[in-house]
Amino acid sequence: METQTQAKSQEKPAGAIRMTGAEAVVRSLLNEGTEILFGYPGGAIMPVYDALYSFQKELHHVLARHEQGAVHAAQGYARVTGRVGVAIVTSGPGATNAVTGIADAMMDSTPLVVISGQVGSALLGSDAFQETDVVGVTQPITKWNFQVKKAEDIPYAIARAFYIARSGRPGPVLIDITKDAQFASFDYHYEPVRFIRSYRPTPKVEPEQIKAAARLINFARKPLALVGQGVILGNAEQELLDFLKKSGVPAAWTLLGLSAMPSDHPQNVGMLGMHGNYGPNIKTNEADLIIAIGMRFDDRVTGDLKNYATNAKVVHLEIDEAEINKNVHADVPVLGDVKQTLPLLTETISQGDHSAWMEEFRACDRIEHERIIREELAPSKKGMTMGEVIHKASKAFNDDAIMVTDVGQHQMMASRYFRFKQTRSVVTSGGLGTMGFGLPAAMGAKLGAPQRQVCLFVGDGGFQMTIQELGTIFQSKIPVKIVLLNNNFLGMVRQWQELFFDSRYASTELINPDFQTVAKGYHIETVKVTEREELDQAIAKMVAHEGAYLLEVVVEKEGNVFPMVPAGASVSDIRLE
Amino acid sequence: MQQEFTLSIFSENHVGLLNQITTVFTRRNLNIESLVTSESAIAGIHKFTIVVFSSREEIEKVARQIEKRIDVIKAFVLTEDEIIHQEIALYKVPTRTLLNGNEIEKLVRQYGARILEITEEYTVIEKTGHHKETQELFDKMDQYGVVQFTRSGRIAVTKAKAELLDNYLRKAELDKQELN
Repeated sequence: METQTQAKSQEKPAGAIRMTGAEAVVRSLLNEGTEILFGYPGGAIMPVYDALYSFQKELHHVLARHEQGAVHAAQGYARVTGRVGVAIVTSGPGATNAVTGIADAMMDSTPLVVISGQVGSALLGSDAFQETDVVGVTQPITKWNFQVKKAEDIPYAIARAFYIARSGRPGPVLIDITKDAQFASFDYHYEPVRFIRSYRPTPKVEPEQIKAAARLINFARKPLALVGQGVILGNAEQELLDFLKKSGVPAAWTLLGLSAMPSDHPQNVGMLGMHGNYGPNIKTNEADLIIAIGMRFDDRVTGDLKNYATNAKVVHLEIDEAEINKNVHADVPVLGDVKQTLPLLTETISQGDHSAWMEEFRACDRIEHERIIREELAPSKKGMTMGEVIHKASKAFNDDAIMVTDVGQHQMMASRYFRFKQTRSVVTSGGLGTMGFGLPAAMGAKLGAPQRQVCLFVGDGGFQMTIQELGTIFQSKIPVKIVLLNNNFLGMVRQWQELFFDSRYASTELINPDFQTVAKGYHIETVKVTEREELDQAIAKMVAHEGAYLLEVVVEKEGNVFPMVPAGASVSDIRLE
Repeated sequence: MQQEFTLSIFSENHVGLLNQITTVFTRRNLNIESLVTSESAIAGIHKFTIVVFSSREEIEKVARQIEKRIDVIKAFVLTEDEIIHQEIALYKVPTRTLLNGNEIEKLVRQYGARILEITEEYTVIEKTGHHKETQELFDKMDQYGVVQFTRSGRIAVTKAKAELLDNYLRKAELDKQELN
């Protein structure tokens, strides 16, 4: 194919200021309203770092300890603020270290702009020192990426990056900038991008689809709404509540849909998926209508697709056309931003009452409470459970903290037992399931929402994957509350080994360092709890503490997360034990 | 049911787009039978013609995922009956085989092929047509010794009256005006 530069070089417009490409990077970020960025310097990005040095008042740079940490922190920031998270890394290993975070953001539709330095354009393709084809590497895991080789192209590339990252279904964008483009001078002029010919971020609402969906909703006797992150990304929380009020439909949330409505909303029937609640899973195959709202029928939600929603028609409210019919056939797709489609739907449907059907969910809740939750939250056994720690922590934070998790058993427990009053209160790695996500994401979340408490739940495995970020927390004084649920195991894998691999615990037992000493090394206040009697007081102390805090709780070694829909099984085959 | 599909994909003309498009096939372990890229009738817009065996269900998902790429304008899924398509094949044969009897000449006439170049050593014959036709000619000529054979990917135009891409671009232009 013909080589052609994508970003159009600007002609000298009035009011243009002469500056280097490096300064233009910083000015472009400021023009997009960036206040904070997370990164790690290195050879190929040094000119931009030098420019950042002159803008320390305007742009807060947080120095991570590893590029993966920088990107996860930017994700945490983006998730709690709804703004574009920005990370900056150097070429080669700097960029490849960022890859996991970028892939995570792609899976979870998190708006990110990652800027990577690149070797000088004359060296491209020559296996130069710290050269990686980062545009090639990140192509399948970015919403868009682009290499800039001329300073003049920087403002347009960054404007386009922000527009793409935050519009439509959000996602990560990477801009790779060669070192010579950072050094070169040009006449800077910034113009935000609001239109790209080949890109239609938000499909136009089709009134026919709304009408068809409303008909199905009006006639359904057992409808079930599935609430996904699309509601949060679309800022459509109020529109969701209005829809639920008028329709009377029970609503379950996905892992990333958590906090899209209050935990105690009377129609909230709990979490979907492999370790979700009993009711919404078992009732999926009884429902005669599924109303999917900004969710994508992930395999961890659906289980075996052949035996999923077997009695139901499906209405799918979705902004991304590629999600329609991808996993589950939509009888009525409703394309568009849920912020627009939900109110239209609410307007069109008639007042509904599904109290008898709701009551069936409550009966399921009672079964789940009896068989699982009661023992998990108030154990009769000696060892502490993850559930009781999370439950107590949630209460101590008045059910109103931002919950950040890593990945594994504690993540599922936290999703089940932590409670939420307001939206954007959850930062977790859903689609990619990235261990090591939690600690750096919590930093970004706290910096994005300094007025709120941020409580990270992390296991002893995932904690050690990005434990170096304790250094960032110390240096940048980020007051996150870390609850380390330590069972000296890779708990989720161990659970699967117990259930499906004959309890052959291959490489899942961890011999851990003394986390207390580690935290103290970073001057982070810490306490270790081994007895149930000490727990309440320790949690209270953590909540009241001003700065960062590590609460390590030694939990029972071989606890399991239930209910569970085994991988590949139907949601009807959900196991309570 | 597995069947042959021709995808007509229109995109901006940018570095790396080929890779962006092919990885969507790679992810699903779909083999591309043929691929041609060229300019389209509209200035600045590039066209990819890709032939692939797949099911209707899968190919539609692939098309939507290709369309999702920012710089891809539109991806159309077409079947045999919706398109006029051609491929071109070149055959290089030793010139002496032409001189031994008139078999090659007969084949050239019979298949509507033409001779591009004759030197003392070799002769280059060209045939355009469907895959089956160019293959048939190859099989027949190979008895006389084809030393080189190459076939292009498929190129195709639709039979539809309305130019779908034009409509799309007009709509996009309206959206832009709405924004400003």
